Amino acid sequence: MLEIRRLAKRATPDSPVPLFEGVDLHIAAGECVAIIGESGVGKSTLLNCLAGLEPVDGGSIRLQGQELAGLDDDAFARLRRARYGFVFQAFHILPHLTLAQNVALPLWLLGEAEEPAGERARAMLARVGLGARADDWPRNLSGGELQRVAIARALVHRPAVVLADEPTGNLDPAHAGSVLDLLLESIRAAGAAGVLVTHSAAAAARADRVLRLSAHGLHPPSGEEA
Amino acid sequence: MSLPLRRLFVAGLRRRPLGASLSLLAIALGVALGLAVQLIHDAALDEFGRGLRLLAGEADLQVVGPREGFDDALYAALAVRPEVAAASPVLEVRARLPGHDDSLRVLGVDIFRLPAVQPALLPVPAEGVGQFAALEPDRIFLSAAAAAALGLDMEQPARLPVQSGVTEHVLRVSGGVPGAGSGQALAVMDLAGAQRLFGHVGRITRIELRLHAGVERETARRALGALLPPGVEVLAPESAAAQAGGVSRAYRVNLGMLAAIALLTGVFLVFSSQMLAVARRRQEFAFLRALGMTRAELRRGLLAEGAALGLLGGMAGVLLGHGLAALAFRLVGGDLGAGYFDGVRPVLRFEPWLALAHGALGVAAGLAGSWIPARDAARLVPARALRAADETALEAHPRWGACAFCVVAAVLLCALPPVGGVPVAGYAAVACILAAALFALPGVAALAVRLPAGSGAVPWRLARARLGAAPGQIVVAVAGVVASVALAVAMAIMVAAFRVSLDDWLARMLPADLYLQASPSAASGYLDDEALARVAALPGIAAQAPIRARQLRLAPGHAPVTLLARPISADGDLPLVAGRIAAARPGADPPVWISEAVADLFELDVGDTIDVPLDGRLLRFEVAGIWRDYARQHGALAVDLETYRALSGDRRVNDLAIRLAPQADAARIAEALLDLFGERTVRVSSAGEIRALSLRIFDRSFMVTYLMEAVAVLIGLAGIATSFAALASARRREFGMLRHLGFTRAEVGRLLALEGALGAMLGVALGMLAGGAVAWVLVEVINRQSFHWSMDFHVPVGGLAIFAAVLIALAAAAARLAGAHAMRTAAVRAVREDW
Repeated sequence: MLEIRRLAKRATPDSPVPLFEGVDLHIAAGECVAIIGESGVGKSTLLNCLAGLEPVDGGSIRLQGQELAGLDDDAFARLRRARYGFVFQAFHILPHLTLAQNVALPLWLLGEAEEPAGERARAMLARVGLGARADDWPRNLSGGELQRVAIARALVHRPAVVLADEPTGNLDPAHAGSVLDLLLESIRAAGAAGVLVTHSAAAAARADRVLRLSAHGLHPPSGEEA
Repeated sequence: MSLPLRRLFVAGLRRRPLGASLSLLAIALGVALGLAVQLIHDAALDEFGRGLRLLAGEADLQVVGPREGFDDALYAALAVRPEVAAASPVLEVRARLPGHDDSLRVLGVDIFRLPAVQPALLPVPAEGVGQFAALEPDRIFLSAAAAAALGLDMEQPARLPVQSGVTEHVLRVSGGVPGAGSGQALAVMDLAGAQRLFGHVGRITRIELRLHAGVERETARRALGALLPPGVEVLAPESAAAQAGGVSRAYRVNLGMLAAIALLTGVFLVFSSQMLAVARRRQEFAFLRALGMTRAELRRGLLAEGAALGLLGGMAGVLLGHGLAALAFRLVGGDLGAGYFDGVRPVLRFEPWLALAHGALGVAAGLAGSWIPARDAARLVPARALRAADETALEAHPRWGACAFCVVAAVLLCALPPVGGVPVAGYAAVACILAAALFALPGVAALAVRLPAGSGAVPWRLARARLGAAPGQIVVAVAGVVASVALAVAMAIMVAAFRVSLDDWLARMLPADLYLQASPSAASGYLDDEALARVAALPGIAAQAPIRARQLRLAPGHAPVTLLARPISADGDLPLVAGRIAAARPGADPPVWISEAVADLFELDVGDTIDVPLDGRLLRFEVAGIWRDYARQHGALAVDLETYRALSGDRRVNDLAIRLAPQADAARIAEALLDLFGERTVRVSSAGEIRALSLRIFDRSFMVTYLMEAVAVLIGLAGIATSFAALASARRREFGMLRHLGFTRAEVGRLLALEGALGAMLGVALGMLAGGAVAWVLVEVINRQSFHWSMDFHVPVGGLAIFAAVLIALAAAAARLAGAHAMRTAAVRAVREDW
């Protein structure tokens, strides 16, 4: 599904020092990979590179056989709206849209009319356990509930890749586990490729595979970490 | 100022330089305009009052009549009264200066009476001129300002031609009037000489009286008043000054109110800027509260921010106000082009208290604008605000009840009469209308969301959803736009209505082809029967209509009105708003047509009778109609020329309206008229020329209004630009998320432009509605009560439509530009910032 070869990124555009290089990764449909690593090693930057939000300094990214490295800003934007889903640490649910409207947002972007988009969004909300609150406003929700909405939004348009950056970073441990399970199950059920960046060993352990990012690429972690 | 206050709050202004400096500018402009209007009028009124005091000298009472004067036997009668210690007769004439547009104020005085009553008016002969020169009838003495205006050197003997009727006379300039000071342009000459020269033998216009010590002034005033003929009154000198102040009061208050509205727009701008800053800084404030800052301290800090902004704006405004006043003095004179203070040369002075008061107005504006934001910030719950800076801070609920209350209040206020000639209730109604528009804003925003959504583009759906769910932001951003658009639209409609009505009126009042004038109607040039006969003998003239203008004092305490005698025989001779043109019926009182001002000020209606003092007699007329008169604010009476001549025997004529025979050449006849009397002596104008000149004067006197209109619109636009800049920077994270979801930069830009346009559309629509209502109040209530004239309501639809379209487009562009700045933050960094 998603194939990355020899991906390289410098610390800053002028820096001779690489942030990371030689990153290879292959993720199959319905598989979730957790990426761990120390702070500042570039985990989030790797995620951004995969989404075309930051330029890469070498290597290739292929999604369903299509080479993505070298696409321009707008082309990547159009690609993202069709084939990517995002879950952020800070939820990023728009406060002036209802839950259903927030979830329908990716469908709107894909040109779907308001009504059918709304129906799909409601169905998606039902699947994350918030079907009864589709017309509620984000301000009335707890953090765990907001992240469920974010998961629904990330998957509603059946993306090929779901990128999640510390999705449980703002949640307490009790909610973190259930939200993460929901996310991973949903990704698997949708047959998408999931990339999960996290600090939390407990969260990483729920993924299908765990990889550690260092300046020299992605490697399986040592025995203890695994 | 304490350290936290300085470091945390006032320094916060530097973090948003654009918003802060625009708010500052708006306050400065409001303060400056108000101060400039006040300074200019204070200086003009001051000098005008000085002129009146100069004339009154040490008099306790003054007897005043109309411009044409009264019998000088009254002087002899009053001078021997037991209450009177000294009396001084004066004949005041506006002498027409041949070849000049200006006239000279000439005071004919009795030199021997001056020392006891008006010593400042004593003429001082120049070197080499005999001591009793002032008694010679052809000698004239000029004040310094008059000499300067005429370009005469007082050291050199000079000759001054003056005009009486259509004849030129030459006077010898023989010295000065040093007591007159530098601001008064006037001349003094012998009373008998002036009476003969200007054709006023046996007549004077005023008598200054000094009473014996111990005589009570009010008792003397009543006793002497009983001896006076109709149309002549006895006044205390200060009430004459008060009357003069009253003349221009409505005009001054009008300009002052415009400045106040400009300042109010500044308050809205401070409010927008502070409200948005508070929304953005919620987490900072929550943190400060968590650190132990009390609610009161937080509130004080934010108020200090607003006050600092107001102080700076107020100081800048005071400086700018003095600059504007100086500029206005140079460009349009001390009356701002309105023509209230002829013959006065005022000097601009620095008034510390006035400056201080206006500076304080700036601080008040800053505080008022910060009040609600400071209250909201103090109310925030730290725990919630620390966790998430959500947008609930900018909630806005529909306030239809408050809106309806303001509308009802405005309607009721419009029905109230003026207070002391000032339409106080009218201005309060304007404030109510503006408040109603602002209260309606959240509700209208919510209604606008119900616009058909369909399957519009995503930016449209998002913009609409935002408008519906977070109208608070739009209300804050658009409040200033509503106020400034309302002001600009109201002024535009009022000025257009006035101009169109004036143009129609001029067309009605100037039906003839040519107008012959020996001087402006108040000055000493006039035409007599012989002159009329000479005109009639010219070939190419079909008909001529003489017009006689005189001044009358209808009642004590009222400014003099004009009596206009002209042929009135058919419908269309006067622009009537009530009554009709009817010939005098035998046995009945002769008809008079009164202007709207006379109807208002003397509470008269069609069918009422009015006693008109004419040459010492009281003549009764019946009001046959009311007409519209834009030329004479204190009122005018029109009577048929033949009736007037039969009653008064006066055959002088001020203007002659001439109709040409078919195929006659207007230019050649105008030339023939000038040849007949001399081009220095008379002025010949076509109706078109007078109309063009009048409209030019109209535009000049509305220059200040145009300036304020432009300022209001600029402030409104600046408001929307700063508000959207602040909103956009607060929404960086939202834009980052949208970019993650696949929004292109162009789409985010379109979203912002749409939001800007939607907000501006709401603001402009409401502003136009409110502006139309304010215009109605201006036309029907404020103008009517201030100046006593009606106008036809006229909405310049095309101009307003263009104005609205440009404003909405500019708002969209401003929002888009503001957003471009916010989008410069990379999408990846924006989403990492805490929401």
